[in-house]
Amino acid sequence: MNRGAVNSFVNYGLVLAFYLIVQILRANGDLSRAFQAQLVPICVYIIMAISLNLVVGISGELSLGHAAFMSVGAFTGVVVSTMLVDSVASTPLRLAISILVGGIAAGIAGIFIGIPVLRLHGDYLAIVTLAFGEIIKNILNTVYVGLDSTGLHYGMTSINELGMDSAGKTIINGPMGAMGIDKASTFTAAIIMVLITLFAIQNMIRSRSGRAIMAIRDNRIAAEASGLNVMKYKMMAFVTAAAFAGMAGVLYALNYSTVVPKKFDFNTSILVLVFVVLGGLGNLRGSMIATAVLIILPEMLREYQLYRMLIYSIILIVVMLITNNERAHAIKDRLVAIVEDYFKKILAPIFRRKGGAK
Amino acid sequence: MKTTKIIALLMAIMMCVALVACGGNEAPPEEDNTEAATLDLGFIGPLTGPAALYGQTTLAGAKIAVEEINAMGGIQINLNPMDDEHDTEKAVNAYQQLQDWNADAIIGCVTSAPCNAVATEAFADRMFMLTPSASSTAVTEGRDNVYQLCFSDPNQGSASAQYIAEHALATKVAVIYNNADPYSTGIYQTFVDAAAEQGLEIVSTTTFTDDTNDFTVQIKEAQDNGAELVFLPIYYTPASMILKQANDMEYAPIFFGCDGLDGLLGIEGFDTALAEGVMLLTPFSADDPDAADFVAKYEEANGETPSQFAANGYDCVYAMYQAFTGAEIDYATLTSAEQCEALIAQFSSADFAVDGITGKSMTWEATGEVSKAPKAVVIQDGVYVGM
Amino acid sequence: MSFLNYLISGVSLGSIYAIIALGYTMVYGIAKMLNFAHGDVIMIGTYFAYFATTSHSLPPAIAVIAAMLCCTILGVVIEFLAYRPLRGATSLAVLITAIGVSFFLQNFALIRWGSSPKNFPSLVPFDKVSLFGGDLIISGEAITTMLACIFVMIGLSFFIKKNKLGKAMRAVSEDREAAQLMGINVNYTIAMTFAIGSALAGIAGVLLCSMYPTLSPTTGAMPGIKAFTAAVFGGIGSIPGAMLGGILLGMIEIFSRAYISTQLSDAIVFAVLIVVLLVRPTGLLGKKIREKV
Repeated sequence: MNRGAVNSFVNYGLVLAFYLIVQILRANGDLSRAFQAQLVPICVYIIMAISLNLVVGISGELSLGHAAFMSVGAFTGVVVSTMLVDSVASTPLRLAISILVGGIAAGIAGIFIGIPVLRLHGDYLAIVTLAFGEIIKNILNTVYVGLDSTGLHYGMTSINELGMDSAGKTIINGPMGAMGIDKASTFTAAIIMVLITLFAIQNMIRSRSGRAIMAIRDNRIAAEASGLNVMKYKMMAFVTAAAFAGMAGVLYALNYSTVVPKKFDFNTSILVLVFVVLGGLGNLRGSMIATAVLIILPEMLREYQLYRMLIYSIILIVVMLITNNERAHAIKDRLVAIVEDYFKKILAPIFRRKGGAK
Repeated sequence: MKTTKIIALLMAIMMCVALVACGGNEAPPEEDNTEAATLDLGFIGPLTGPAALYGQTTLAGAKIAVEEINAMGGIQINLNPMDDEHDTEKAVNAYQQLQDWNADAIIGCVTSAPCNAVATEAFADRMFMLTPSASSTAVTEGRDNVYQLCFSDPNQGSASAQYIAEHALATKVAVIYNNADPYSTGIYQTFVDAAAEQGLEIVSTTTFTDDTNDFTVQIKEAQDNGAELVFLPIYYTPASMILKQANDMEYAPIFFGCDGLDGLLGIEGFDTALAEGVMLLTPFSADDPDAADFVAKYEEANGETPSQFAANGYDCVYAMYQAFTGAEIDYATLTSAEQCEALIAQFSSADFAVDGITGKSMTWEATGEVSKAPKAVVIQDGVYVGM
Repeated sequence: MSFLNYLISGVSLGSIYAIIALGYTMVYGIAKMLNFAHGDVIMIGTYFAYFATTSHSLPPAIAVIAAMLCCTILGVVIEFLAYRPLRGATSLAVLITAIGVSFFLQNFALIRWGSSPKNFPSLVPFDKVSLFGGDLIISGEAITTMLACIFVMIGLSFFIKKNKLGKAMRAVSEDREAAQLMGINVNYTIAMTFAIGSALAGIAGVLLCSMYPTLSPTTGAMPGIKAFTAAVFGGIGSIPGAMLGGILLGMIEIFSRAYISTQLSDAIVFAVLIVVLLVRPTGLLGKKIREKV
């Protein structure tokens, strides 16, 4: 097995280990409810971060509107799930169908947005993804969807004007979003989705297409000159990422009883981008770990109340400075060397004894 | 490569610490049942982020009530405030933290969407909730454990239309509302229906979002369509800007709002002359003699005049206090689910009435909706005057 | 007559965007970084102006200078502490740090000054002008904003073209290493760029809140994003571009609200931006960058 494959399997192992540890702790009743409530969101944001890493890290395009695809998936998933409540009895199956449809919807949105966006480069591309994010949020604020015996109704003014019969159920109510969602997401389903995402994206990166995408990132003109279809490969990365973001959105929406368009704004996109950059561009494992830590961190800081977001921002700045400053790098390397030496000294006798016993 | 490994390792260690730390909360020390048992009330609201204002003022009001009750020497209330950042996800996290803390009941959430998400969890867990200001009907719909202290949105929308028609304030009405805000959209939707029934003509409907600061277009449309009254089912911050810009444009219709407008006069540095003649339906006014004591304490503690949010927070704590004492609920030994049933019985009983500063003898329907009389006030010379 | 009213408010709103966008564009042109904290620097500066006029009852002119000074110092300190150590790092790392700084400033303001909005007293001494028998009313703030915008634009252009420091800025933006070899102190030049950009932020903050009088910890956030959009719209790195982009953005915002839909005005603003960028990928007045392998 080559190194890339080993790396991939380590990632699957990490996810499975996390799952097993959580399940064991949960069975023993050692997990607080606060932590359990964060399990699905952690998985959702991990999927978001991995998929965004495909765009930002592997394909090298800065996207500031990733949450928009999440919202497309989320609201599509809610509509599908609500429509299927009566006809599909099995909740996992209903969840799976919703995730699939949500992913496809977000993927289609990705195609439509990708065609104009990927013609641009650098900061111009970034601002256009931001613009699309704002447009989608703005439009979702005016979307009204209801369901009655005659089928689906939708409009853009108010729920009263959909003309539903009296038994009609409001699914999406403009800025109030979707309410009364039948929750379907579970931690197990979320972990399976993380594994599927990892599988798809890791294989894509290691495939011929993946190498093409990275070649374009490293030098677009050279890649183009070598006969690569730049647009095709960029689209491939962008649309895949959008589809997975959509699936994450469905998982997220069906984990809560209510979801509002405001949730998927610029700040959420930035949040996911922070996970990706802190975890390391192109480093999927880094994205996963950074996401888990940064989701839990603000919850751990809760007792500091008002000061927690201040502390969070300081940690963010300090970590960025330490990981990106050359002088800080040197200092850290020296510290690490000292610690390593120290541990070697302590551990050396233990290893020697082990060796001796053989 | 090396550095990324080390970072990954560090983060993994932090993660383990996080797991342990979170797990550690699981078994808080058993409450000492014999003497120092406190009534543990959780509070959920936006203390940071764009809606921080509403959460913080509500909390400040609630804290005054807690201090007063604790000073009486009977039940000692321990209020644990949790931040939800006006976000459903954070609100559910906050709720679960309060569950880990073994809260007896919850005051919250302050805003509608987070409240709705938390209410679903609380309904499944049987945890009693009294929300100070989440006014959407969806919050209480189908859930017997959630009660509102504020008017619901439909209630405000139809009451406003009725009031305008009955007092013949105007026949041509313009509406400016925030179409990114559930509170504002909720009132608007019922106002439209009620206005049609009352024979009011809506000549202009315009919207804005949280990020809007220029209202020229909205005001000009109302003016050009000859609106005699502009209905503002919005919060007081954008309203203050609308009033200023309308004044600059020399347009002076009657401005009519709901409880969200309360607080207008309390904005630091606001020229109250701009608000002259503004009418609003509100359950609370800081000039109410019954509230004078509360207002004085609030001003001393926070250096500003309390808004209806603060008053709602204050009343919520007293309503909880009365329910606990009235039904003699043994909060020290009962589980939160058992307390929930007792509180539901108490709140929905016909003879449970609370005299608060946001309403005299407030009673509750079994649906969770409050019934109290809205007060219509008009601003004259910088103070509220009852109408 | 409504049209003229809308035109005036569009241009004055756009002028504010333009002055903020100048800060973005100067920093981008020279340091090649998106300073996301710019909007929050504006907010902090405006709080200083607010307390200068209300608590210390200083005259408006002094309050404006206080806001500018405060922003300048803040800008230079942020540059020194957070951005300078990252010189040479990837632009994404700098972007995330800037976001961290933005979070920090917002939360600092929230803790220090509370969440309640302050009503900013207008610092503009002129009264409104009424034309056509009251059909067209132009507020003093709108006139001042437009004049300030033109003044800043002319001053900045002269500074960049004629002043030694301005020339150094252009040199650094053209080719940082070559500039260094020619004896230009790059760090000093970048710090000065931050100082000037932030001083402009001080002016923009006072104008913004004089016109739209609400001041809260999130006041700077959305105008910041809009101004950033305006800077890209006009071609980031170009000073006349920022000006043009800002004013056009303000006008599009108001006109789309007036003639298309109040609900979808934000969506329309961003849609126009996308169309413009598709036709002119480097913005209206942006320079075409020739790429080499």
